[in-house]
Amino acid sequence: MMVTAFLASILFVLGPGATGASAQGEGLQGTLINNNQPVAGVSIKVSTQDGQLVGQTKSGPDGKWSVAVPKAGTYKVDLDVATLPQGVVLLNNRPSLTLQVFAGSMRTALFPLGTRAAGQKPAEDTSPGTFARVLDLTYTGIHIGLIIALAALGLSLIFGTMGLTNFAHGELITFGAMMAFIFNVYLGLPVLAAGVIAVVLGAVFGWVQDRFFWGWLRQRRAGLIGMMIISIGLALSLRYITLYWFRGETRQYSQYVAQPGWDLGLIVVAPKNLAMDLIAIVVLVAVSLALVMTRLGKATRAVSTNPALAAASGINVDRIIRLVWTIGGALAALSGVMLGVFQGVNYQMGFQILLLVFAAVTLGGLGTAFGALLGSLVIGLATQVSTLWIPTELKNVGALAVLIVVILVRPQGILGRRERIG
Amino acid sequence: MNWDVIFSVSLESLVGATTVVYALAAIGLNVHFGYAGLLNFGQSAFLGVAAYGMAMTVTTFDQPFWLGLLVGLGATVVLALLLGIPTLRLRADYLAIVTIAAAEIVRLLFRSVTLSKWTGGSDGLQAFSQSFYALNPYSSGISTRLISFSARELWVITVGWVLVVVALLVVWLLMNSPWGRVVKAIREDEDAVRSLGKNVFAYKMQALILGGVLGSLGGYVFALSLAAIQPDTYGTEFTFYMYTIVILGGAARVLGPVVGSMIFWLLLTFINALLPALVSAGVIPTSIMTTNQAGAVGYILVGIGLVLLLIFRPQGIFGDRKEVMLDAR
Repeated sequence: MMVTAFLASILFVLGPGATGASAQGEGLQGTLINNNQPVAGVSIKVSTQDGQLVGQTKSGPDGKWSVAVPKAGTYKVDLDVATLPQGVVLLNNRPSLTLQVFAGSMRTALFPLGTRAAGQKPAEDTSPGTFARVLDLTYTGIHIGLIIALAALGLSLIFGTMGLTNFAHGELITFGAMMAFIFNVYLGLPVLAAGVIAVVLGAVFGWVQDRFFWGWLRQRRAGLIGMMIISIGLALSLRYITLYWFRGETRQYSQYVAQPGWDLGLIVVAPKNLAMDLIAIVVLVAVSLALVMTRLGKATRAVSTNPALAAASGINVDRIIRLVWTIGGALAALSGVMLGVFQGVNYQMGFQILLLVFAAVTLGGLGTAFGALLGSLVIGLATQVSTLWIPTELKNVGALAVLIVVILVRPQGILGRRERIG
Repeated sequence: MNWDVIFSVSLESLVGATTVVYALAAIGLNVHFGYAGLLNFGQSAFLGVAAYGMAMTVTTFDQPFWLGLLVGLGATVVLALLLGIPTLRLRADYLAIVTIAAAEIVRLLFRSVTLSKWTGGSDGLQAFSQSFYALNPYSSGISTRLISFSARELWVITVGWVLVVVALLVVWLLMNSPWGRVVKAIREDEDAVRSLGKNVFAYKMQALILGGVLGSLGGYVFALSLAAIQPDTYGTEFTFYMYTIVILGGAARVLGPVVGSMIFWLLLTFINALLPALVSAGVIPTSIMTTNQAGAVGYILVGIGLVLLLIFRPQGIFGDRKEVMLDAR
């Protein structure tokens, strides 16, 4: 159930993101989604402020609805709660919204939906019991932490080896999710196969980016701050190229969308999440071991510590950085596929989670690989467990606030070294 | 296809309210990034807290307009202190990560249902600009063949450009003062300045506050020109646009942000007006681009433009290459 609330809040955050590409003409629109499933056949009524009916519609099979209005102005949108499917409720209990429609744009009306057993009171006293809830949140926190960790490891390695704070790392995550979507939904492959292909393509994308772009910039001796702003421009372009081809809505893979959970006694977990956790742990352990045990891993750590000294002792720094980009691209793509299975695919998904990834990396200590793993789990747990005290919609605020507090008291992060920060 | 409309909206954007808003925000950002070398990726939050400070004072708490302006300014200074105290002692990219995180925190708080009693949630706030428009001395707008502004727009633009001139004067005077020289020296080599006995942290903090306050003027103009505020307009894209403008005009140049803003909005408005028109006229087939997709093209081009500028001309139009060779490590 908390997962539902989590998804609803994701929808809440992503909802009006597509305002950059709105249609001509005024109107109101929205998408009704409950637990990742579109909700069809819900009656929605739009009227002027003095109660005159402007239009009425039902949400379509994809959960979408839209009503055109004659001109800009303030309108009242009513969702008929009686037409919601059994067990689905409005989370914020506001079936009637008064919204201002601006000239030439569609206004998005948000109705966050969720599942709630009949007769239960909203908010505080959510059964079953606080202890089970804490366990449930802890599990979800670890799950999200693992997804973040996959992306954070690559980001941290890239920062460590070339000093770049890569704001375009979120787009590597989106890339993985999108590729899996293309192979799964358009070409009809099973999600597992599409995911494997996406990870391979993610590695290729990382390699190509470094071979033809970042490597070239390094040769030109571009400054690190310059490169950081370049990564922002790159991220902006890639994000809106994705929007261009993929449109603004959140879409689902063809499998595992609404998987019934296994009852593990205290918590109910969908098997897909457990499988993803297992894959993530295996991959993270493998990469960590490779960093510690293999010669290439040792070389990578040497470049992280001191690139000039590493080059002087015969390590090909450029080759190591390219390897790091390749692995980082693959890990980010895997993270994207998992995020896509967990909450759906959207052009903003990478950017939305990027801040949490940054928080995790900074928390663990910029440039330290194991710090990134630790930081990710802390951030994952912080976002989830904090909802015991703060509203679910503000859970990312909690995580980002933790980041700022940590920088205040221990700027080098949990595992960072003092000399890196000054 | 109506070329008259396309050209007139482009021309109007040269002096229009949007250009003024971004110019003011970019003047503030130029103090941070151009002069002091502070990587503030949360400038949108400075504009946001100023605009919300003003709007909430007037709409939610029913206080006079001038008090709202003061509250907004106070909120900006508090935000600068909150961001600066933990990060200004650290390496440059910590400030970048913390400011971008703070900007998201501020946006999420503004749009949260929990606080919507005061902030209006995702709908934002309206009805705070009456006192401002009551001062409007223009009784009618202007309308020529090419450009037309209503009386309200004219009033916003006038106030906006006066603020721009004042802000430019402040920046010019300060940057040619001993204070400005110390700030620029900190950008070049912090340790050298420290060894001369200057309090680097205090100077950086003053620069952060000054840039934030200058940017907050943009927040006021933005809110007043729309007569409404919405949380999602204060997202990270807002800040990235400002960066493009600062770099386009030339960082560490007094007039850079203003020229940058004018050119940026002239081009972007032209493209955003041209593409949908080309699509509806059938020049671009809908299989390649629909009017919906045309909206994304602007963002794509801004991103590509930012990348190309930094690679090939990091000093922008007016800048001095020696002044923008920043390095973090």
